[in-house]
Amino acid sequence: MNEYLQEIRALTMRWVRRLSREKFSMLFTLVQPMLFWLIFFGNLFQRAADPQVTQAPNYISFLAAGVVVMTVLNNGLAGGVDLLFDKENGFLERLMSTPINRTSVVLSRFLFVTTITCLQVLVILGVAWFFGVEAVTGLPGIAVILLISMLFGVGLTAISMALAFSVKSHGDFFSVLGFLSLPMIFLSSALVPLQAMPAWMSMLAKFNPMTWAIDAVRSLILSGWAEALPKVGMVVMIMLVFDAICLYGSARAFRRAMG
Amino acid sequence: MSRAVAIETIKLRKTYGTLAAVDDLTFQVYAGEVFGLLGPNGAGKSTTLRILITLLRPTSGQAIVLGHDVARDADLVRRLIGYVPQERAIDRFLTGREHLLLLADLYHLPKDEAQRRIPELLKLVDLEARADQPAKTYSGGMKRKLDIACGLLPNPKVLFLDEPTLGLDVQSRLRIWDYVRQLKARGITIVMTTNYLDEADQLCDRLAILDGGRIRAMGSPAELKAGLGGDIVSLTIGAEDAGRIEALATALRVLPMVRAVTAKPSGLDIRVESSEKALPAVLEAANRTSCRLELVDYHRPRLDDVFVAHTGHAIRSEFPETEE
Repeated sequence: MNEYLQEIRALTMRWVRRLSREKFSMLFTLVQPMLFWLIFFGNLFQRAADPQVTQAPNYISFLAAGVVVMTVLNNGLAGGVDLLFDKENGFLERLMSTPINRTSVVLSRFLFVTTITCLQVLVILGVAWFFGVEAVTGLPGIAVILLISMLFGVGLTAISMALAFSVKSHGDFFSVLGFLSLPMIFLSSALVPLQAMPAWMSMLAKFNPMTWAIDAVRSLILSGWAEALPKVGMVVMIMLVFDAICLYGSARAFRRAMG
Repeated sequence: MSRAVAIETIKLRKTYGTLAAVDDLTFQVYAGEVFGLLGPNGAGKSTTLRILITLLRPTSGQAIVLGHDVARDADLVRRLIGYVPQERAIDRFLTGREHLLLLADLYHLPKDEAQRRIPELLKLVDLEARADQPAKTYSGGMKRKLDIACGLLPNPKVLFLDEPTLGLDVQSRLRIWDYVRQLKARGITIVMTTNYLDEADQLCDRLAILDGGRIRAMGSPAELKAGLGGDIVSLTIGAEDAGRIEALATALRVLPMVRAVTAKPSGLDIRVESSEKALPAVLEAANRTSCRLELVDYHRPRLDDVFVAHTGHAIRSEFPETEE
C-alpha cells in the first residue's frame, strides 16, 4: 500500500511539474479558450438570445453551465494526450519496466486531469460571478457542480486514454478527438436549450450524457435545489453508467496495448 | 564448463497474427557476461528484449530471468533488472535529476538510498554539471547517458540495453562502450541489442545472430569467426558485368579450394581454405567468364562475414536511423 502511494504521488507530481515548466501552456490551460466562450460568446449573444427561450435572466447566466461542462469535455478528451506522447517516445515503456502497480500511471493521470478540471471550473464560475451570475444554491451547489464535473471527467479521460493506447499515430488521435468534441457540444444543451432545437437534434441531444450534466449544473446555478435535486440524482446515475462503460473499454485497450 | 545462468529462454515464440516476430529461440546468458542480440531491423531483437523485460508476453515457450519466469513472476523480474530503452525515452520537461528521483519512487527506493545513489550515478555518467537543467537542453549523447543512469538506478543484477549507441556520434559511442565495460567489471550481466557489427565485436562476450526471428548462429565473436575458418576473398565486379556474376559464382563453386560463395549486389564473397592458394584459380575463373574485376580484397573472417555466412545477406546498415 505504501509503495502504491509512493508511485502514484511521484507520477502525479511529474504531471504537475511538467505543467509548471510549460508556463505558456499553463496560462492557456487555466485561462482557456473556454473562458472566452463565456466572455465573448456570452456577451455577443446577449441580445440575439431570447430570454423567453433560454428561460434565464440573460444569456451569460444561461451559458455558464454550458461552458463549465464544455471545459470538462475538452479537458477530459485531451486527458490522454500526454500518455500518447509517452507511448510514442518510449517513456511509457520505461515506466512499465519498473515494478509499479499496472494501474499507477493511469491513476496518476486521472488524479491530475480531475484536479486541473476542478480548478478551471472554479475559475469559470468566478468569471461568471464577475459578470453577475451567482449560483442560487451557493457553495453547496458549487460542490455538487464539482462532483458532476469529476464524474463526467473520469469517463471522458478514460475514452481519451483508450484512444491513446489504441491509435497507431497521434494524427489519428487528434482527428478522432476533433470529430468527437464539436458534435458533442452542438448536440447538447450547452448553447441552446433542447426545446429551442429542431426536433431531430433535441432527440439526439437527449442521448448525450453532456446534456444531462449541463441541465443539472444549470438548475444549480439558476433555479435552486427543488428543481435541481432530481436532475442531479438523474445525472449521477447516468454518469456512473457512462463511467463504468468508459473505464471498462479503457482497461481493455490498456491491457491490449501493454501486451 | 558450467557457469551460473542468468537468463534462459526455451523455445520462445511471439507471433502477431500469422507473422512470427521471434520463433523457437533457445539460448542462455551466463552471469557476468555481455550478451549481444545482433541483427538487422526487424530481426526480432527488440521483441526478444521486450519479452525478457516483461513488457511482452511470449505466445509460447518460456523465458527465465534470474530464476523467475517473466510471464508468471513479472513483478519479481522487474525488481531485479534495469532497462535502457532506445534513445529519447526521456521527458523533455524534467531535469536529469528529476528523472532519477521519479524512478527512485517507482523502484520504491528508500529516501536515503535514493539520496545516496542519485549523485553517484550522475557522477558516473558525467552529468553532474547539467543535472538540474531540463532534458530538452541535452545533446543526444547526454540523453543516452541519462538513460543509462536511469537503467542503473535500481542497482540491477541484469541490465538490458536496447541499441545503446544508435544514432550517436563516434565520441559518445566510445564513451558508452566504456560504461558497458565498467559495468561488466562490476559484475553486472548485460544483454544488449545492436545492429552494429563492430559494437558486437568490441563489447560482447557472446552473441546470438538473429535474422527473420530465428537464431542463425551463437557464440563468442572469436568462435564465430574461427568457425568460418580459412579466408574471405571479396571480389568487386564492374556494373557492366553484373549479369555474369551468377556464371562466375557457378564456376567458383566447383573449385576444390572454395568452401562457399555468397553473392553481394556489387560482387562476390568467397570463403576459401587459404587465399594465397585460391587467388590464382579465382582470377582465372573470372577471366574465363569474362567478369572484369574492379577490386580484389582478401582477409581473415570478420564478424560481417560471419553474418553473411549465416544469414545469406549483409546486415542492412546502409540506412542507419538518425537522431531527430
